[in-house]
Amino acid sequence: MATQSQVIVGPTVARRRSEGLWWDAWGRLRRNRLAVIGLGLVILLLLAAIFGPTLAPWKYYIQDDAALAANNFLPLPPFKSMSHVLGTDPNGRDVLSMLLDGAQISMTVAFVVQLVVIVIGVPIGAAAGWFGGRTDNILMRLTDVIYAFPDLLFIILLSVSLYDTWFGHALNGVLLVFVAIGLTSWVTVARLVRGQFLSLKETEFVEAARAIGVPPARIIIRHLIPNSISPVIVAITLGIPAAVLAEATLAFIGVGVQPPRTSWGSMISLGYDQIRIYPWLTLLPGLLIATALMSFTFLGDGLRDALDPKLRGKQ
Amino acid sequence: MTTSGPAHNADKLLEVRGLKTQFSTADGVIQAVDDVSFDVGYGETLGLVGESGCGKSVSALSIARLVPDPPGKIVAGEILFDGIDLLKLSDEAMRKLRGKEIGFIFQDPLTSLNPTLTIGYQIGEAIREHMGLSGKAARDRVVELLAKVGIPRPADRLKDYPHQFSGGMRQRVMIAIALSCDPKLILADEPTTALDVTIQAQILELIQKLSHEFGTAVLLITHDLGIAAGMCDRVNVMYAGRIVETASVDTMFENPRMPYAWGLLDSLPRIDDIRGAKLRTIEGMPPLLISPPDACRFGPRCRFVRDICREDEPELTAREGEDHLARCWATEPGGWIS
Amino acid sequence: MVSYIVRRILWLIPVLFVVSIITFGLMHSVPGGPFDREKALRGSVIERLNEKYGLDKPIPEQYVNWVGGLIRLDLGPSYRYANRTVNDMIGEGLPRTIQLGLMAFALAILLGIPLGIIAALGHNRWPDYLATAISLVGIATPSFVLAILLVLVFSAGLDWFPNRGWKGPATWVLPTIALAGYQVAVIARYTRASMLEVTRRDYIRTAQSKGLPDRAVILRHMIRNALIPVVTVLGPILAFLITGSFIIEYFFGIPGAGRLFVQSIQGRDYAVIMAATVLYAAAIAIMNLVVDVLYGYIDPRIRYT
Repeated sequence: MATQSQVIVGPTVARRRSEGLWWDAWGRLRRNRLAVIGLGLVILLLLAAIFGPTLAPWKYYIQDDAALAANNFLPLPPFKSMSHVLGTDPNGRDVLSMLLDGAQISMTVAFVVQLVVIVIGVPIGAAAGWFGGRTDNILMRLTDVIYAFPDLLFIILLSVSLYDTWFGHALNGVLLVFVAIGLTSWVTVARLVRGQFLSLKETEFVEAARAIGVPPARIIIRHLIPNSISPVIVAITLGIPAAVLAEATLAFIGVGVQPPRTSWGSMISLGYDQIRIYPWLTLLPGLLIATALMSFTFLGDGLRDALDPKLRGKQ
Repeated sequence: MTTSGPAHNADKLLEVRGLKTQFSTADGVIQAVDDVSFDVGYGETLGLVGESGCGKSVSALSIARLVPDPPGKIVAGEILFDGIDLLKLSDEAMRKLRGKEIGFIFQDPLTSLNPTLTIGYQIGEAIREHMGLSGKAARDRVVELLAKVGIPRPADRLKDYPHQFSGGMRQRVMIAIALSCDPKLILADEPTTALDVTIQAQILELIQKLSHEFGTAVLLITHDLGIAAGMCDRVNVMYAGRIVETASVDTMFENPRMPYAWGLLDSLPRIDDIRGAKLRTIEGMPPLLISPPDACRFGPRCRFVRDICREDEPELTAREGEDHLARCWATEPGGWIS
Repeated sequence: MVSYIVRRILWLIPVLFVVSIITFGLMHSVPGGPFDREKALRGSVIERLNEKYGLDKPIPEQYVNWVGGLIRLDLGPSYRYANRTVNDMIGEGLPRTIQLGLMAFALAILLGIPLGIIAALGHNRWPDYLATAISLVGIATPSFVLAILLVLVFSAGLDWFPNRGWKGPATWVLPTIALAGYQVAVIARYTRASMLEVTRRDYIRTAQSKGLPDRAVILRHMIRNALIPVVTVLGPILAFLITGSFIIEYFFGIPGAGRLFVQSIQGRDYAVIMAATVLYAAAIAIMNLVVDVLYGYIDPRIRYT
């Protein structure tokens, strides 16, 4: 007489392998077609960003006067010449190389911003959630103030104010962009972590742990933080498109990354005056921005569904 | 009485014949209800008893054709309601029956009521839809129903929302909804499971009182034998998608003839148990219903199992007592348990 | 409810103060006033200009003066345009920005919500895939990329609409679509998700058990409940549309408050920057408040105390 669920019923073995949280999530993610596409594109983008500029046929700042001369001093359209597969801009710079450099900038900004967001947002959210009371109040008022600023406007304000300083010039303006975008984006993650901590704090196992005298640091590290990771991961993945967009917008208005480094946004701003004649100069970076946004959004959505099916559709 | 035969028995309100309902899942097709047949007479209260997952709720949903499709599907059988085969009706015709002739009481009144509509509106919906009443006439009827289910000051509470009621009150509202058009049959799916024990008794009493008053038949689904004993005229025990025993309530509790039923009765803690003695359980778990073998489904957990149980599934056959059937080799005449 | 609203509005005031202080601080923290960029001006001229506009006074004093002006609703003269006041400039540009924002909002709702509902009702069948595809493209396309595409196709290509200016309905079309595009997608996704959630709820089954026709179940029980969470998202969206339209204004050459803002930042026109920032912050807070109040109204479970 069998005593477990290992009852053999007909030809089917009625036993399920017990699986861990991450393995389960990975399985769910893999079955989500859009998420897989997103993941694939993200990997491609990252590869392009990391290895692209080194492998590119030209350095992005090189102006190929010879090619221009050969083309009546007009920029080359895509596919006209094998050495400039995607064409050149009016100064003779290779479009493909510029796109790759732009990819590097975009991805760097996007990921570093998320780092800033974690470094600022998680501790603040954790403090607010754990200590509650006055600390919570003060920190939440702080986030209210930041929330009150229209994001992009604040970023622009910051960028413009500091643009002409040493800070603004550091790393060709990239450092400024990191900080400006990061300073406005940490709020969402802080709120998420705070929410998680607030609700987890009241659970029985935390109460029990405190009752037997486990030091708070241990509780936080071993229980609260691991349980808060999932929503933070989702928030970060979905925060990347916003950061990419912010970076492109800043560059578009001219207060972002400074030349000679390229950003997709500055490529667009340079190209849009001549959009009727040289459409590829705006179209290509535009398509890349769209691709980056789409792929991270798909991936983020997929992660959200995979890590907690109950959360599907919220936030 | 045997279970097959297409002729309509005129004193049975509901005749379920050979019902099979399946669910498609990632792991395979689950036979949630596997060839189930039973009858409910006019005004009768029939209990459908079994543990979680045995198919009792799905049976009720199948009768009302509320099985979500996908992933569920009724694949075989007949459901004769007042002589009409529900499974052959068009969606539109079925819709007209639902709410009017067949009422449903769901398990969790908190989630089963729309939080953004007043209870007066929600009770009145079926009335307005099926009885052609509107405005004041409909409202009057709603107030009447609220009074009948024991809600104090009913006229004042029409404009209240579900969250303003306690759990027991909400279930009374659900009962009012189910009864709103004076149906012939009520399907009550674990109506008290989500409620406090003290309230449970009140609600059950209410259901019983109303069903006698209006002559409504009730199909009561529960996992709680005590409830079945107190409420039902007849009891069907289900296991793993099949009916394994059916009898009048007295017979079922005095002389059950199926080891599963014994196990169920045995596992009820009793007031005269020796304190500290271990609780008696039925060891093991019900089988997955993906490809049921041709063997007794309870076999693996049964104390009296023999080879024949593993080779061949028993049929529902008669036992002592009026309309008493059981599905067990051991208790058949000539079997090894007498 | 009333006390809730009053409290929210009262809370607004200190927040706006902090916002204005931060903005003021940022602008003045960096060397270089509005006139230092004019390379054509000589040092003494710059000095006199600074004096004229009170820029030589200590910063806290400048701030207090500004607040004083604010209370009188006088935002001061513009630093860039010698004979115009900030009130004028904003007064001219703001209505256009608001109009653009409201049109885009209306478009986003009129397209987004039905798209989301259709997608949810046709779940996993072609309406879902189509609507989801549309919204995914919308999300991936930031407003200026969409603007580029629209201009390429409808302006440069088909010449149906102009691509600059703000005179008459023809000039309104492309900017509105470009601005609304992303939000259509956001609203559609949110609505779809909310509808799918609601479809799974038990009370839908109860409604069906009453034998109600599908139409009634969908309208009265599904859509009504599904739209409630969507309303919470509409506040920030409206706020974004009004305050975030500057890119579109920039791109299409629309003389609105947004473009004004960007230009004033680039040109260090302090007065306009301050006014616009505070105005925007107030607008956002008020719009969020309106939405919160609306939300409390339509969901009977919420009662603000």
